[in-house]
Amino acid sequence: MASKKNATDVDIQHIIGWILRVGVISSMLIVFIGGCLYLYRHGHEQVHYTDFVGVPGFVHSASGIINGILTWRGRAIIQAGIILLIATPVIRIIFSAVGFVLEKDWLYTGITLLVLAIILASALTGNAG
Amino acid sequence: MTVLVLTLIVLAGSYVAGLIGSLTGLGGGVVIIPLLTLLLNVNIHYAIGASLVSVIATSSGSAAAYVKEGITNIRLGMFLEIATTIGAMAGAMLALHIQTSVIAIAFGVILIFSAFMSLRKKNEQINTQKSEWAEKFKLNSQYPTAQGKVDYGVVNIGGGFAMMAFAGVISGLLGIGSGALKVIAMDGIMRIPFKVSTTTSNFMIGVTAAASAVVYLQRGYIDPGLSMPVVLGVLLGALTGSKILVHSQSSQWLRWIFAVIVTFLASQMIYNGINHKI
Repeated sequence: MASKKNATDVDIQHIIGWILRVGVISSMLIVFIGGCLYLYRHGHEQVHYTDFVGVPGFVHSASGIINGILTWRGRAIIQAGIILLIATPVIRIIFSAVGFVLEKDWLYTGITLLVLAIILASALTGNAG
Repeated sequence: MTVLVLTLIVLAGSYVAGLIGSLTGLGGGVVIIPLLTLLLNVNIHYAIGASLVSVIATSSGSAAAYVKEGITNIRLGMFLEIATTIGAMAGAMLALHIQTSVIAIAFGVILIFSAFMSLRKKNEQINTQKSEWAEKFKLNSQYPTAQGKVDYGVVNIGGGFAMMAFAGVISGLLGIGSGALKVIAMDGIMRIPFKVSTTTSNFMIGVTAAASAVVYLQRGYIDPGLSMPVVLGVLLGALTGSKILVHSQSSQWLRWIFAVIVTFLASQMIYNGINHKI
């Protein structure tokens, strides 16, 4: 029966809520800053989203994004913010796992790690298939 | 059209999409994809990528508030995330291989279905029956109501799990939260109280979307220039919507108007899909 909510359960819920909020707010700030830079530099160019050609090379790899951030390229900064946003629920899962370990709930520690493994598998096989 | 003009139009449109999505409980993704593809002629792959990012933002933002209230059943969410993440991964892979016109038609069908689901009367059911599997996986729980804490049981775990896997596939394929399908799985099949179903669904949407977003990211579906106004607009719109919801009861007429608009957009998507214009 899971009808009892003990102290750790409530603490973990608070931490999870906090992680989600901080993740969303900080990633949106980064996206906003990158967006301003992007508009300042490229605002008057023509758009081309009708045909699918993927994304520019410099936002398609980790090294490209890091280089882009160092040279203040708006789209690289936006993409970094988006990656942080995508990572937010994943970080949440890691903290859930820690919470279940503290509660000695091994069944749910396993379930949580399984979900994490599925997302990692998805990330690693993203280019295949 | 210049980048600046497109950004401003998308920002305004996304704000409205986020606002309506939050007021009706449909989510912003279902409005933003037709807006981008039908009105602005954006390729559906870019539209889906941008929508998926906004889904993560709104889901995580509102889940933060719900988790604190203690309505969300975190164990149930974790357990069902096994199904949704596997489904989402499969859906994202599938999206790489099927024609965009087929994606557009599937999107239209799910859109109409979701709109009519949102019109349903919501009766708060309390099921006290507890299945053996729910007991095993510690899914039965309690949640706070105006009358104090209420215990509830969970049944039909297998059926709910299968429906969740399907919801995951749709989310990965179409770049939406597929909250309507998740709620059907929990509220309809597993007989969980409606309030718990919606908040737990919301809690799961971010993780489900992350599982397909990692695939989209590598495939170049998530364009920063387009995703930026979409994610900022939808999130701000959803925030405004949640503020309005606190102050007023969500009205039925708003849902009806929205269902009509959505049905119109959906039929446009299906029509363009059939004629291979998308």
